[in-house]
Amino acid sequence: MFKRILLATDGSKHSVRSANHAIQLANQFNGTIDVVYVVDEQTSKSDVLHNDSKYEIERKRKEKIQSVLEQLKETDIEYNVQILHGQPGPAIVEFANTNDFDCIVIGSRGLNNLQTMILGSVSHKVAKRADCPVLIVK
Amino acid sequence: MKTHELKQEWFGNVRGDVLSGIVVALALIPEAIAFSIIAGVDPMVGLYASFCIAVVIAFVGGRPGMISGATGAMALLMADLVADYGLQYLLAATILTGIIQILFGVFKLSKVMKFVPRSVMVGFVNALAIMILMAQFQHFVGESWVMYALVGITLAIIYLFPRLTKAVPSTLVAIIAVTAIVIYGNLDVGTVGDMGTLTQQLPVFLIPSIPFTMETLMIIFPYSLSLAIVGLVESLLTANIIDDATDTESNKNKESRGQGMANVVTGFFGGMAGCAMIGQSVINVKSGGSRRLSSLVAGVFLMFLIIVLGGFVVQIPMAALAGVMIMVSISTFDWSSVKHLNKLPKTDAAVMVATVAIVLVTHNLSIGVLAGVLLSAIFFAAKISKINVTEELVLRKQKKVYRVEGELFFASVSDFPAKFNFADSVHEVEIDLTHAHLWDDSAIGALDKIEMKFEENNINVTYLGLNDESHHLKKRIGGLSKASGH
Repeated sequence: MFKRILLATDGSKHSVRSANHAIQLANQFNGTIDVVYVVDEQTSKSDVLHNDSKYEIERKRKEKIQSVLEQLKETDIEYNVQILHGQPGPAIVEFANTNDFDCIVIGSRGLNNLQTMILGSVSHKVAKRADCPVLIVK
Repeated sequence: MKTHELKQEWFGNVRGDVLSGIVVALALIPEAIAFSIIAGVDPMVGLYASFCIAVVIAFVGGRPGMISGATGAMALLMADLVADYGLQYLLAATILTGIIQILFGVFKLSKVMKFVPRSVMVGFVNALAIMILMAQFQHFVGESWVMYALVGITLAIIYLFPRLTKAVPSTLVAIIAVTAIVIYGNLDVGTVGDMGTLTQQLPVFLIPSIPFTMETLMIIFPYSLSLAIVGLVESLLTANIIDDATDTESNKNKESRGQGMANVVTGFFGGMAGCAMIGQSVINVKSGGSRRLSSLVAGVFLMFLIIVLGGFVVQIPMAALAGVMIMVSISTFDWSSVKHLNKLPKTDAAVMVATVAIVLVTHNLSIGVLAGVLLSAIFFAAKISKINVTEELVLRKQKKVYRVEGELFFASVSDFPAKFNFADSVHEVEIDLTHAHLWDDSAIGALDKIEMKFEENNINVTYLGLNDESHHLKKRIGGLSKASGH
């Protein structure tokens, strides 16, 4: 049923919680997990500005999602890491829809109404446009 | 294969590029006008520059998807030249800037950019942001509260309008709204028309009317050199950002040559020197642009708008432009560098702050960059010039082994000999250089000196673990500096 699971993460506390749920799903259905971290244009700008080389940038980005990867390492689940570039919502949707995932697991940042209006909710956008079921972890 | 690649670079993303090009053109107009005013020239000079540079770069640039045009960094550098000598000298300086940049690219010097460390880059953008902000203060001098209110309205629209829709750039909405308020409210405030004339014509080819003498060259050369350096620093930084944001590679030497060609063409068509724009390039990628077509569309659409809407453009109040520039300044400034200043390594923070301070004192970004690079080079040399020497007695206290760790070079060897005890009662000394590297004549000289002093006390010196390079260097110049010789 849920063989190929996409876990969207930004390295925050919330996404560590969603990693737990993704692991449980994968265990239950004997599935694999693709961890996806999206770098938007503003992050590109500040990362390039603050690091001396692209190797340093890559290392720092992997470090950022370290807590999620460590959780996965403790399991026997087969997993991959993908770093995508662009706006988080559309990038996740495009990657999920072109690669035939069975399920997307994504954390909700727990914003209030005003914050959602101003910042926009990535999880809502993904839920609306993805072709597969989406699990939003609160 | 070659034509296929070229086709991809141009037409791999037509829909995204056309749309993003239009968005960029709309955002370019107020900036090009505002930067012209900073430089002290007619708005047309900046608009022609943005048109020419964007179009030429589309064909010859090395980083598809990057947007170049008239920029604040360059405008700030040329203000003195314009004030002292006028527009014609600026056009000549623009052409010379281009020639310097072409040479930079031809001799593949883009790799020297890696010697500009991140702390200097951060200092560069922060200084640029502060200078752009300070350049706006002149528009407030002697103005009434109306000016402040209009700037406030402009900023409010710029920051709040995107909550409604992101389809139209909010800077454009702000400018149209504030211009409408001024026209229909019959408010008496300064407009773009007061700052210079705006001709609704395509640029034409002209040779700058200056005396072609050595004296002219001496006037424009320092400006051109500064412009060339700053233009390349900002362009190659922007190229790196776009490389990362699009997850692709680009040719930095080709970009340097392209920037040069664009400036040469611009100078001949009455535009001021420009370079890549971080903000506009990020807008372009965010709006879906990634190929050469986006830059071409941006340039052509910009010129089209000026020819069609020139009559409207002169009525834009300076308050609206000042508001846009304040926004540009806020988004250019790297706020995280201030937030994390206490977490940065002390030397990095010092280099960043020094770069900003030097720019603000000299009003010259290129001096700030050079000073920043120099300062960080000194800090780096200081950091690696720590040599660690440990000693150990072996062979029933007849032989002493000194283990040297570190980089031996002119800055590190000054107190190096003091770490050896020449009056030891041993017969033999071994200097273990396995974990050391000899870099220059000073290193060899220091070792020779140590060897000589030991020999004066009849202690024999042997070396261990010289790496190939160090060994070669020692063989080549060693012994020459020893007074005794062999």
